[in-house]
Amino acid sequence: MKVAKRTFDAVIVGAGGAGLRAALQLSEAGMKTAVLTKVFPTRSHTVAAQGGVAASLGNSTEDNWHWHMYDTVKGSDWLGDQDAIEFMVKKANEVVVELEHYGMPFDRTDNGKIYQRPFGGHSQNYGQTPVSRSCAAADRTGHAMLHALYQRNVRANTQFFVEWMAMDLIRNADGDVLGVTAMEMETGEVSIFHAKATIFATGGAGRIYYSSTNAFINTGDGVGMAARAGIPLEDMEFWQFHPTGVAGAGVLITEGVRGEGGILRNVSGERFMERYAPNLKDLASRDVVSRAMTTEINEGRGCGSGKDHVLLDITHLSPETINKRLPGIREISIQFAGVDPIKAPIPVVPTCHYQMGGIPTNYKGQVVVPKDGNPNVPIPGFYAAGECACASVHGANRLGTNSLLDLLVFGKAAGETVVSDFQSGQLSLKPLPDDAADVSLARIARLETQTGGEDVHEVRLEMQRTMQKHAGVFRFADIMKEGVTKIMEVAERAKRTQIKDKSKVWNTARTEALELDNLIEVAKATMVSAEARKESRGAHVRDDAIDCAETPNGRDDANWLKHTLWYSEGNRLDYKPVNLQPMSADVEPIALAKRTY
Amino acid sequence: MTKRTVQFKIYRYDPDKDDKPYMQDISVELEESDKKLLDALVRLKAKDDTLSFRRSCREGVCGSDAMNINGKNGLACLTSMDEIAQPVTLRPLPGLPVIRDVIVDMTQFFKQYHSIKPYLINNDPAPERERLQTPEDREELNGLYECILCACCSTSCPSFWWNPDKFVGPAGLLAAYRFLADTRDQATSERLDNLEDPYRLFRCHSIMNCVDVCPKGLNPTKAIGKIKDMMLRRAV
Repeated sequence: MKVAKRTFDAVIVGAGGAGLRAALQLSEAGMKTAVLTKVFPTRSHTVAAQGGVAASLGNSTEDNWHWHMYDTVKGSDWLGDQDAIEFMVKKANEVVVELEHYGMPFDRTDNGKIYQRPFGGHSQNYGQTPVSRSCAAADRTGHAMLHALYQRNVRANTQFFVEWMAMDLIRNADGDVLGVTAMEMETGEVSIFHAKATIFATGGAGRIYYSSTNAFINTGDGVGMAARAGIPLEDMEFWQFHPTGVAGAGVLITEGVRGEGGILRNVSGERFMERYAPNLKDLASRDVVSRAMTTEINEGRGCGSGKDHVLLDITHLSPETINKRLPGIREISIQFAGVDPIKAPIPVVPTCHYQMGGIPTNYKGQVVVPKDGNPNVPIPGFYAAGECACASVHGANRLGTNSLLDLLVFGKAAGETVVSDFQSGQLSLKPLPDDAADVSLARIARLETQTGGEDVHEVRLEMQRTMQKHAGVFRFADIMKEGVTKIMEVAERAKRTQIKDKSKVWNTARTEALELDNLIEVAKATMVSAEARKESRGAHVRDDAIDCAETPNGRDDANWLKHTLWYSEGNRLDYKPVNLQPMSADVEPIALAKRTY
Repeated sequence: MTKRTVQFKIYRYDPDKDDKPYMQDISVELEESDKKLLDALVRLKAKDDTLSFRRSCREGVCGSDAMNINGKNGLACLTSMDEIAQPVTLRPLPGLPVIRDVIVDMTQFFKQYHSIKPYLINNDPAPERERLQTPEDREELNGLYECILCACCSTSCPSFWWNPDKFVGPAGLLAAYRFLADTRDQATSERLDNLEDPYRLFRCHSIMNCVDVCPKGLNPTKAIGKIKDMMLRRAV
């Protein structure tokens, strides 16, 4: 197969919030940029975000970035890097106001400012009372944001390659990143995108689980590509289970429902969160609420004939409030749960939602790896932002509305870093190795010729069931151990996938087989990293971690206050320190403490 | 409800091997959890991986899986299997070139969307904080900004079928009015000039197919009427 070569100053992979935000910086600086995306930009998964984006604008209640920083560090169960967190919360107002200037239709307060609502884990005065920090466009914030960002890119003449699937990262002998290979879905042809800078903004891999709020496209493409190219993945054991996915369907019901006054109830109608989080109650952090719900269900206080879910009740809110603030949720409930939330509570269950870990980066969006004793050495030419990256601002548990903030702040930061490296002449077009496309061509050739192989759908299902059972909300030492063996078996099967469709044109069977290669890397990273972490922290909670004075909630700071790094080659683990030092000398570190809400 | 078998008639065309398109009769056994047409299509694809369709969010916000379902445009992910007549007849969205199976080439659709300058134009220096907008002014954008660009409306519009290169179509015009209605936008006359032409706006004859099919319950015809009003008002 002949391979076309295309040359750019920069290539961005992914056109969700992070990719589009980065693209704006590059386009406006006049860089020749290619944005590759396997779906039309407004179909990216940012579109499904509902409740809002965090910024301490203080439009409704008093607020400041110090409180936001405290909440984020505490939410992360102290695994977040405090320099990156300080950077993010300080930039929040700027990036949100910019979006408003781009035309994003935020809801408004009576005095015309951006409307803000309370959200889980966000507080005033270091954990005391809920704060209205989530800037919202009804319950369609992600949709409004993604469209506004796309529209701004139309204005900036950004060059998109729509329905192109990136396949593999291209590195030279020194390990520098030189671009990617990608396949045009309409023709099946592979091209090399040779660039001075490569930014990954490929989103998460929530589809490794059987029950997920995530879109079909969330297959961890960039994360898988990075892992196959020898780059370690950071903190992949930490997955967020969102408390309120529609039972049975998995579709997301925003935490904004609870921000507007929604209450979780068990079979006897009890507001059970009062027992688990006396202070913030239903607005405690997501990991805390998901565990409480799972405990209620496990102890027989679930609802429905299978006693397998709890209820999210907003029947006490006025229909006007529901129609004005939560119109999308009403639509989703009617469509996917068969209930009108004005009249009856919504059946919900914790559902896989967000990947806290990812490709290791610093706060500038540079991808960093251990080298010569330094744990954070940038890889020349490689940047990442958004859910695929791990800056790390979410640590062991992300706060709601911090994901949209993450993709804005770090999408912009990665873009700014690339522009500044470009303008100062630090970026150059390094020669492509002769075999730059060989790996990708071999993957396609294998799918062409594989006989007696495995069915993609079956292998993917087996992976999803394995992850669901062995790396869920509550984790058990023996079940995780068994999970490692199982997922490695599934990974072996994934090497022999076979497809019947041999067409060059829009071959979605082939796309799904290629996506499975990426999912499998993420699943292995998750299972192996989880089994190895012998403590409970944030979203990773295991049965054998003991809650005592030395290890509060089972968190073992003496041994495990460190980031995991998983290498695909050899299925190897390494660790690096957490940065407990904020960026500015005059900002006090948030001291370690037991996490209660 | 338990397992049930559903009959389909699906438009199939793979330019790599088929001389011409054909309708495939195929059935599939659904599980109890398969509630929507998209669930059924995923089930079908597990059986025959050559069936090609676009899909992503599966909850009606990304706009990927628009197709012609039993003669009417809609989203597969929002179409309930309980209410659907059999055999379920699936065709690509009408009026756009077919690439493969139910996947159409949407270039023309997006070209029209881009032609209305779908972005806020405000040339004042950006203030330090947000531009203020009253809740009442913001409410004017409801029913406009929620468009998911699925193309159900434009590809159900006879005027768009006849003149896809000249008539902006309901989706593009809804977006045009979304910016005309935004108090923060300053390009009203430029936007109206851009639509002042025998085709771009005025080929809308209020047939209202767009309103009938919009999976988000939006009303492009009403928005088009408001643009026509603005044109009229500035003419007198």
